[in-house]
Amino acid sequence: MSWLLDLTPDEWNAVRLSIKVATVAMLASLPPGILIALLLARGRFWGKTLLNGLVHLPLILPPVVTGYLLLLTFGKRGPAGAFLAEHFGIVFSFRWTGAALACGVMGFPLMVRAIRLSIEAVDRKMEAAAGTLGANPPWVFATITLPLILPGLIAGAILSFAKAMGEFGATITFVSNIPNETQTLPSAIYTFTQVPGGDAGALRLTLISIVISMVALVASEVLARRVGRRMDIE
Amino acid sequence: MTLSVDISHRLGDFAVEANFESAGRLTALFGPSGSGKSTLINLVAGLIRPQKGRIAVDGRVLVDTAAGMFVPMHKRRIGMVFQDARLFPHMSVAGNLRYGRWFTPPAERYANIDAVVDLLGIGHLLGRRPAKLSGGEKQRVAIGRALLASPKLLLMDEPLASLDEARKSEILPYIERLRDETKIPIVYVSHSVAEVARLASDVVVLSQGKVAAFGPAEAIMQRLDLLPTEERGEGGAVLDTRVLRHDEAFGMTVLGSPAGEIRIPRIARPVGSPVRLRIRARDVMIATEQPAGLSALNILAGTIAAVRPGVGPTVEIAIDCNGATVLARITEQSKQSLRLALGREVFAVIKTVSFDSATTGAGLPAEADG
Repeated sequence: MSWLLDLTPDEWNAVRLSIKVATVAMLASLPPGILIALLLARGRFWGKTLLNGLVHLPLILPPVVTGYLLLLTFGKRGPAGAFLAEHFGIVFSFRWTGAALACGVMGFPLMVRAIRLSIEAVDRKMEAAAGTLGANPPWVFATITLPLILPGLIAGAILSFAKAMGEFGATITFVSNIPNETQTLPSAIYTFTQVPGGDAGALRLTLISIVISMVALVASEVLARRVGRRMDIE
Repeated sequence: MTLSVDISHRLGDFAVEANFESAGRLTALFGPSGSGKSTLINLVAGLIRPQKGRIAVDGRVLVDTAAGMFVPMHKRRIGMVFQDARLFPHMSVAGNLRYGRWFTPPAERYANIDAVVDLLGIGHLLGRRPAKLSGGEKQRVAIGRALLASPKLLLMDEPLASLDEARKSEILPYIERLRDETKIPIVYVSHSVAEVARLASDVVVLSQGKVAAFGPAEAIMQRLDLLPTEERGEGGAVLDTRVLRHDEAFGMTVLGSPAGEIRIPRIARPVGSPVRLRIRARDVMIATEQPAGLSALNILAGTIAAVRPGVGPTVEIAIDCNGATVLARITEQSKQSLRLALGREVFAVIKTVSFDSATTGAGLPAEADG
């Protein structure tokens, strides 16, 4: 059994990198995710259908296409990539940040959907009540809307994290498969399957993937239940 | 406090057009459902923006479409109690109560949390979640929450409509205390004659989006024609009386009024306390001579001050009993056979048992006794 737990440094790096990439992807997509979900749930503006389609695009497109589009846009010579590198020193291409971007984009539609549904379920009369008590719209959002959508927020975040843990196609297309930099768990498993004698490594990483996914799911379940109990919807 | 409203607002094919000015302690917006009461109160609260018109409280303009002015609801300092309480489910009762306080400038915080908790009797609920409260408790907490934002005006939108009779009589005394013990003017929306007669100082009667009548509660409650059909039987005179004494032997309370002593079933109010008594017009009989050998205990002498045609075969007769008006609803036949006419001296006869908790404001909490 010891071979199961005996990970090589490279394998450990893949595990650590995957968790880092997925966490950053999830946290970075939360603010824009909430904003877009709010716009889609409550906004009335021209181009709403277009925005909705755009958000859902990564869900429908082959991941390789999304990865390639990211490469074109955020690559060294891409318009956004060049701008960000020049003005903010943020470089995506062939860096772990690029992997996080790819994972974030791929998980974004799932996150937005979950948050949007919970926003649509919020009783707007509660917000009106808070308004009559003197809270201006940003305060109403922070003290009423946000706590009420917390279960949806958690669900969205977990979905985004899970998607990021499993994301392969867009990542490998956009930032390739560089050990210690962009080689996440799926990429590492893929690499193992491509070399003779890699079976043991592939199996080890597969088991670790399963464990991480289960822990994340159980944690989200516990969290959501605790929030739900605290709120006790009438 | 003066609330002045001059509004015209259209929703589909329903239009609310209201113009009135009220300076009452508790102004009731009264009318059947669909008469525009809730729209009107939402306009005052700032939940709806009127298409045309002006609303001001004590000269402070809240909205004036001609001047392009609209104060958003969170800057109005107007408390609102909704029919469905709307307590925040993710906060405890204490959290709900404290919510509005945050947003009140310290210099304008007049409401004291201990005093409000005491006034509404909600001290034992502070640690609970809203989901664990009964309907009546929720509504009391909602009133407390609105009060603790130190509002300049308190709006109540049918606060009792979704409660059963027992819960209603649990909350009514608290609203009376609110009216009498705090200085906050109240605008109260209701379709119930019992609530309006008991609580209101002034009444705005709404019908199909328009103001059908406006005046002091005593006068409006006698205008049976203004009351919604299903509530017409509840209409009648409203007398401000005082408890003179309790007749423990017979389980009665004797009230003093300008019209004379009135005996009602025993109520739990201390001697000397004011009681607003509603005498349903349908409960009043008229005698042309001092009746003898009659079981009814209340016989008030007076002169006929007005005779108005009523609904169907009835007439409404207003009897001036030493300055207090008692309204009787009788049939046209009785009127003719008794030859009742203006100025005639008559006796108004009212059975003691015709008074109930809805007309005497009984069913009070035990603490009011003593």
